[in-house]
Order: sequence, then structure tokens, then C-alpha cells
Amino acid sequence: MTPLMSLTAPAPDANAAPGPADAATVELRGLRRAFGTTTALDGLDLTVRPGELLALLGPSGCGKTTALRMLAGFEHPDSGEILVDGKDVTTVPAHRRDAGMVFQSYSLFPHLNALDNVAFGLRMRRVRTAERRARAAELLELVGLADKGDRFPHQLSGGQQQRIALARALALRPRVLLLDEPLSALDAKVRLTLREEIRRLQQELGITTLFVTHDQEEALSMADRVAVMRAGRLEQCAAPAELYARPATAFVAEFVGTMSRVPGRLLASGATVEVLGRRLPVDGTPPSTGDGADVDVLVRPESLGVTVDRAGEGRVLGTSFLGATVRVSVALADGTLVKADVPAHDAGRPAVGEPVRLTLPDRPVLVAPRAT
Amino acid sequence: MARLTARPTPATAPWRALVLAAAALYFLVPLAASVVFTVDVPGRGVDLGAYTRILDTEGFLPSLLLSLELAAATIAVVLLLLVPAAVALRLTAPKLRPVVEVVCAAPLVVPPIAFVAGIGTVLKWGPEHLSRTPLFQTFVAVQNPDFPVVLVLAYAVMALPFAYRALDAGLRAIDVRTLVEAARSCGASLPQALLRAVLPNLRGALLSASFLTLALVLGEFTTAQLLGFRPFAVWIVNISGSQAQMSVAVSVMSLLVTWLLLLVLAGFGSRRTPSSTSDRK
Repeated sequence: MTPLMSLTAPAPDANAAPGPADAATVELRGLRRAFGTTTALDGLDLTVRPGELLALLGPSGCGKTTALRMLAGFEHPDSGEILVDGKDVTTVPAHRRDAGMVFQSYSLFPHLNALDNVAFGLRMRRVRTAERRARAAELLELVGLADKGDRFPHQLSGGQQQRIALARALALRPRVLLLDEPLSALDAKVRLTLREEIRRLQQELGITTLFVTHDQEEALSMADRVAVMRAGRLEQCAAPAELYARPATAFVAEFVGTMSRVPGRLLASGATVEVLGRRLPVDGTPPSTGDGADVDVLVRPESLGVTVDRAGEGRVLGTSFLGATVRVSVALADGTLVKADVPAHDAGRPAVGEPVRLTLPDRPVLVAPRAT
Repeated sequence: MARLTARPTPATAPWRALVLAAAALYFLVPLAASVVFTVDVPGRGVDLGAYTRILDTEGFLPSLLLSLELAAATIAVVLLLLVPAAVALRLTAPKLRPVVEVVCAAPLVVPPIAFVAGIGTVLKWGPEHLSRTPLFQTFVAVQNPDFPVVLVLAYAVMALPFAYRALDAGLRAIDVRTLVEAARSCGASLPQALLRAVLPNLRGALLSASFLTLALVLGEFTTAQLLGFRPFAVWIVNISGSQAQMSVAVSVMSLLVTWLLLLVLAGFGSRRTPSSTSDRK
């Protein structure tokens, strides 16, 4: 680690995209941490590849923020280790970690203007004034706020504050960028633009980035890979498309996107399932519940077809207009609630109370043990 | 503050004026009476003699200087004691906050007379039992009439409730933990983070804590009198026996001086520090 060297050395191509070759690899190995009786991390193993943006996704209290704070050096694991480029940094104090962090709440220093906020880290490293001015101005330009350098945090909007915070986190050219729900305090529109901007910057700089979020849409749209966490453990870590199409567990399936459970029956050999009056192959390994067992088939709303049919065993409970599609809630004969998306322009849109028939495409389906 | 002094709606305006007038009356009438008493000499009309004589009166400057020195020392002790404690409380042990709050409020509950009686007892008891130890010299030193350290210690305790409130309000307004963590992720060590990221944002709170302490020390009488020292307040009371008019004149003066100090501190507090990176060319 030679942060001072890399800072003071002339860096003409500082912001040109460096290849993933000089980006850092981050490994979390068997991290455990308990706060009193609550276990925040229960043996977390995770590897972040050089230059990728990895989103840590999970419900609140699943330990994702704790994991990030451990990487930043603000929390210490009870056991396990944290490696950056193969070097154990578990005992390195936070200010020598070489990790830039953007916080959930506005964390700019209220007594400093935007430029000084960005230059704060350079000042701590005793970079000369002229140089840190230039570098801070360069970073403000990078986040599109070159003209706001003399504004104080209270004179800036939430979105602008988070951009400045991002510039500040990048000022020391950290090996790893840590984002702790940086968008959750912003309103919807700003969130979308800033999301794209963070992604653009991250790809431009090729910096290894960890992004904590509880918003699955955010995770799926921004990340190279998404790590879904639950109760302090990793459930699945995969590219967004794979996570959506082939969730490894029922938890992932239901947490990422919308999933309905349709009752089905596993047939002999366990390779086929009988659901909605037809037989479909099982995707992946079926739950070991034995032959003829009652199971739930997991289906995405967009893969269910809805047709009005007097003899259909479903009944429409309600519809909600989502723009391009209409989400139809259907109650099956046994009371199960299923959600299906039908195109909004479809003339044959079912009305509330109408009997309908649900259809599944001829594709392998995911199966989970029957929820009780 | 800007939000508090926002333009009143038409419906509330008369009420505000009324309350303000009542408060002004309550405070200004006694003050005006004092001023009139000091300048109005029966038979001779207006005479500022009471004020001009102050400087010449024996003991004025030494007692005022002693009070100011005591105030400065007390402020230093209180801030050095409270600031690290309050910040540490926020960072590491938020659950202990009610305990510290109660401890800091305790001096309000104990009457000064009881407090000073306790101190007096200790000061008498100490030398008797410790006469053969080096601590004896300590007891003598803290009661040095030129600079009674024992008064600083007593005042520090008495200022705790006010200073703690002021600091707590300042800390409440900022997110100490996030500021410290943000500074640390920018490469600042913990002391640097506190010095560069937290303290500058507490300036208002530090100033008001200092000011409250200053006002308390300048006006404190009971403790100093009973322990036999002669700071400003004691001096005022002592001369009021012989020169009533002048003692009131001194009180009015000290009130004005205190206000002036408050204004200076307030002005100092609202000014932004010149930024270190952008201002140096």
C-alpha cells in the first residue's frame, strides 16, 4: 500500500479507465459477528472480482451493512478474515484501509464547502495545497458539479450532496469503493439518474465496488453480480439475469422479483411435476420430499397466462395497472393467491370476480417444498 | 435560528408583540430603575460620578481580573472534561447517556450552600489528617488567594449542567458517528477525525457552553464568599455597604460587559472559518 506515492506521482491518465488488471480483489472468508444475542454475520464467504460492481442485497438485518462496514474497518469480525489482493487487512485500522466509502445519510462535513470536502482526504495525507485543489476540482468535474465547489452542504440538494460524497470517496484513489445504500435517502427521479451515474463512473474508473442495497431493482440494474444475503449468510451470488432466471433457493426466488407459489405434485423419479393440469419438467434438483409429494411450483408473473374461462378454477380478485402490463391477482380453488402479468393492451383483460384459467409455458419450472 | 425567527403569520403577530412587550417590561424596568438610581443624584440632577469613580476604587481591577482568570480556567476545565466525554458517549456508549445526564444535572439539585459547606469541611479536615504527607502542600496550593484553584474546581462542577446541555444540543444537531467514519475513510486517524470533522461543527455549542460558564463564574457569590476569596461578585457586595450608588453602577456595568461578551461570542460563532483549501491562493 503506497497511497502517498500514487497520489503525488504525476498521473496524467488518472481518470482514463485502468484495466481490471490494477483493480483489487476482495475476499471475505468465514466472517462472523454477533451483537449481543443477534448474529449479524454467520460465516459469510464472498469474493469480489477485480473491477466489478457487486451488489449486496437482502432484507434489513441480513448483515449486508455489517459486512460492508467490516470491509471499511468500522466493525471487527469475531472470526474470519478480510483479504484485499490476497493481503489480510482484518487488523488494519479504518484510515489505512484504502477504501472509499459513501454513506446512506448525508455525511459531508457541514463546516467545509464542496471543494474542501472532496479535498479532505488529500489534506489528511498532507498533499500540497495547489495539488489538492487541482485534484478536488478534477473530481468535482467528474461528478458534474465543477461549478458548485464553493457551496456548503446545506446549500446543496440531496443528490448533489451524494455526488460530492462520491467524489470525496474517490479522492484518495482507493482500491475499493464502498457504497452503503447511497441512494435510499433520495427521491425516485434523482435516484435513477444517480444510479446510472455511479455505474458509469465505476466502469470508467474500473474500481472494485461493493454496493449495499435492499432495493432489488437497484441491485439488478446496476451490478455485475448480485450477492443475496439472508440471516448473515450468502444465499446466492450470480449475475442479475441468472439470479432472476435461475434462483438457487426459494428465498432468492421470492426476494428477487415477484414469485407466486402454485401448488403442484411431484411425480415419480422427481423429474416431473404436475401443476395446473399439465406435466412439466423440474428445473434443477427437486426437493427431496419423495414421490407424489405436494410441492409449490415457483412462477414469475410474466410467465403465467390468464384466459377467461367459465370452467376455470381461478377467480380474479383484483387487477392493478402497471403501465405496460396489468397485474392480475387470482385466487385458486384451494385459496392460493397467484399473481400474473398480462399485457395492458390485451382486449381480453379479465374483470374482477371473473373465473379464469391459468396456463404455464412449456418450460422447466422451479420447485420448492410446500410452504406450510 | 433562521427558522425560529421566521416571519410571523398575520394572526400570530399581535400576540408576539404582546409577549415581547411584557417580557421587555419585566426585564427593562428593573434595569432602568438601576440606571436611574446610579445617575440621579438628589438636588444635582444627572451625574455620572458613580461610573467614573469605579476605576479608582480599591480592589476593582484585581477582583475583576481574578474573576476573568477563574472564568477562563473554569471554561478550560469544563470543556476538556465534557467534550471528550460527550463525544465518546455518542460514539461508543449511547446507553450510558441517561447516567451522565443525571450526574451532570446533580449540581442543580444540591444547594450551593450545602456544596460549599462540604468543600469547607474537606478543606479543614484535609490538612489535619494529611499534615505529614506531601498532600498538605496541595491543600495549601489550591487555596492560594491569588488564584484559588479550589474555586475553579467548584465552579467546574456548578457549570456542568449548563455546559452539558449546550454541548448535548450541539451534538444532537450533527451525526457524530457518520462524520467520524467519513473522516476515517478519508484517511484521518481517530484524533484527527475528532479535531477536523467533529469539533469545527461544534463551535456554536462550545461557544455557548463557554459563555454560560463565563456568566456563572462572573456572577457567583456564595461559594467565593464563604470560602473567603474576593472575586468580582464578592467585591460588589462588599462595597455596596459603603457606597450603594457605586455598587449598583458596577452591577449595571458588569451586565453591559456580559452582554457585550455575548454579542462578540455570537458574532464569532456565526462567522464561517475561512476554508483552508479554497482560500489560500
